[in-house]
Amino acid sequence: MSYATQKLAEEKVFKDPVHRYIHVRDQVIWDLIGAREFQRLRRIKQLGTTYLVFHGAEHSRFNHSLGVYEVVRRIIDDIFKGRPEWDESERLLVLCAALLHDLGHGPFSHAFEHVFDLDHEKYTQAILLGDTEVNAILKQVDPEFPQHVSDVIAKTYSNKLAVSLISSQIDADRMDYLQRDAYFTGVSYGHFDMERILRVMRPREDQVVIKKSGMHAVEDYIMSRYQMYWQVYFHPVSRSAEVILTKALHRAKELSSTGYQFTYEPRHFKKFFDSTFSLKDYLALDEGIVMTYFQEWVHEKDEILADLCDRFINRRLFQYIEFDPAKDYRKLTELEQLFKKAGINPKYYLVFDSSSDLPYDFYRPGEEGERVPIHLLMPNNELSELSRSSDIVEAISGKRRTDHKLYFPEDLLTQDGKKKMIKKQIMALLIGKSKT
Amino acid sequence: MLEEHAKIVQFITLAGEVTGRKKLQKMVYIAKKMNFPFQEKYQFHMYGPYSEELTLRVEELCNMAFLTEKMEDKGSYVQYTYTCTDEGRQFLATMESEYPKLDQCIHRLNDKSSRFLEMVSTLLYFNTLDREAQIEKLHVVKGKLNFTEKEVEDAFAFIEELQGCVRA
Repeated sequence: MSYATQKLAEEKVFKDPVHRYIHVRDQVIWDLIGAREFQRLRRIKQLGTTYLVFHGAEHSRFNHSLGVYEVVRRIIDDIFKGRPEWDESERLLVLCAALLHDLGHGPFSHAFEHVFDLDHEKYTQAILLGDTEVNAILKQVDPEFPQHVSDVIAKTYSNKLAVSLISSQIDADRMDYLQRDAYFTGVSYGHFDMERILRVMRPREDQVVIKKSGMHAVEDYIMSRYQMYWQVYFHPVSRSAEVILTKALHRAKELSSTGYQFTYEPRHFKKFFDSTFSLKDYLALDEGIVMTYFQEWVHEKDEILADLCDRFINRRLFQYIEFDPAKDYRKLTELEQLFKKAGINPKYYLVFDSSSDLPYDFYRPGEEGERVPIHLLMPNNELSELSRSSDIVEAISGKRRTDHKLYFPEDLLTQDGKKKMIKKQIMALLIGKSKT
Repeated sequence: MLEEHAKIVQFITLAGEVTGRKKLQKMVYIAKKMNFPFQEKYQFHMYGPYSEELTLRVEELCNMAFLTEKMEDKGSYVQYTYTCTDEGRQFLATMESEYPKLDQCIHRLNDKSSRFLEMVSTLLYFNTLDREAQIEKLHVVKGKLNFTEKEVEDAFAFIEELQGCVRA
């Protein structure tokens, strides 16, 4: 028996709050879960700074990755198996891609990528193809197997159906994270009937389609995406925490470039500041390490770095107002000048944040140049784009809703002391508008 | 603080008008690959490199009335054309956003068809591979578009022309 087809003597199960059980029979999958690069995902939270708003949101990318694997396993073993459009020889490849699709995420993924100009997808590929335990396991299947797994995750693999299971507008990734994030945040949005959706999924040459009878379950899923974005993923307080985290990392990077002598030397970050880091350096980082630095940097001599770290550690977040850039963009220059006069560095303490800074892929019904829409399989065997049949989806898809906020440290601007009049002037400009 | 928005407004202003969302996506991607400082993250999708960030940023700019989006029903699909508004030009005047050579690069891109730019951007997406592997990958991910040898040659020549224009 080859390594690719080798089964465990007994099925292993992981207890899971979303899918009840995650079932593992394949030796390859079991070995990958044990690899150090996969275990690292236990130390990276799925929702970054969201735990500072929804205290339950401490779940990790490890939980989510197992969840995506389980959803794909159910689709291909319970629904697709035996159907002529599904190539059973792709089974292990798709399971591995599902399990490993988030392998390259760094600590506090979005903020970290932003500051150091990184792309987690590139690091997923680097881990799959580099000198790693994961690569060694995959190579035992076939020397070309790591590249194929990488191609499925990068969406450049020849079998588009295999790709669409993990990455499409209705895929295992979203079906897991919506439910998992809803469960751990404790919100009542995000729930939908996944069992029903799985039962009505059908494989086609290039994509997964949904039987017409399952349309209402898919409507529920689309609504969940919409609500979770505005209620959880783009929550303004969570964004405030991310703004502070990003600015603290920027400050540390800037200090390093000016030769500042840190009391607590940023050994783990040094090569990131200089852009000379290796894959090994990348894998050595996790959120525990970032938090350790932040705890120590609270005592740095640099007041900005110390303050930003203290704000993040002790949840002293920035206040925010709704900001309409079309109407008020000129005020930004005025505010920046006033901040400088007040002795508050606007580069770190006045932050404009847009929905495009954290994009969420709203369902888009196949506009020109966009991604593949969700197709319903009609009783006459023809395909129909979802929003053409569903009034609910039509109502929320393609509708523009964008959001802009301005973040600032209200406590610094309202405390008594120096430059009181300037600070009052700033507050009048900010809060004279629409305090939320 | 609105630098990334300003870069897109400037891009459309320099182009005059851009017809097609896919075309705009590919034009910005190719400019980014030519080292112009666009921050939008791209991933590979159905039509090649695609950035959700760019889609949202353009939507925001339309909502701000800095850009206009004209819709045209083409039967099986809707085509969108983007131009800069007077408000957009006023906004741009308040921002520092001068990128030498960007205009030449944009004009060359805008003269090309969406299909051609899809091929060029796909080749650039795989530019860590050698030329043969790039072509092989292009045919794997874009098999249905049946790009000819001549088209592929033209695409590579175009990439060199752009690189030369940026270097000059």
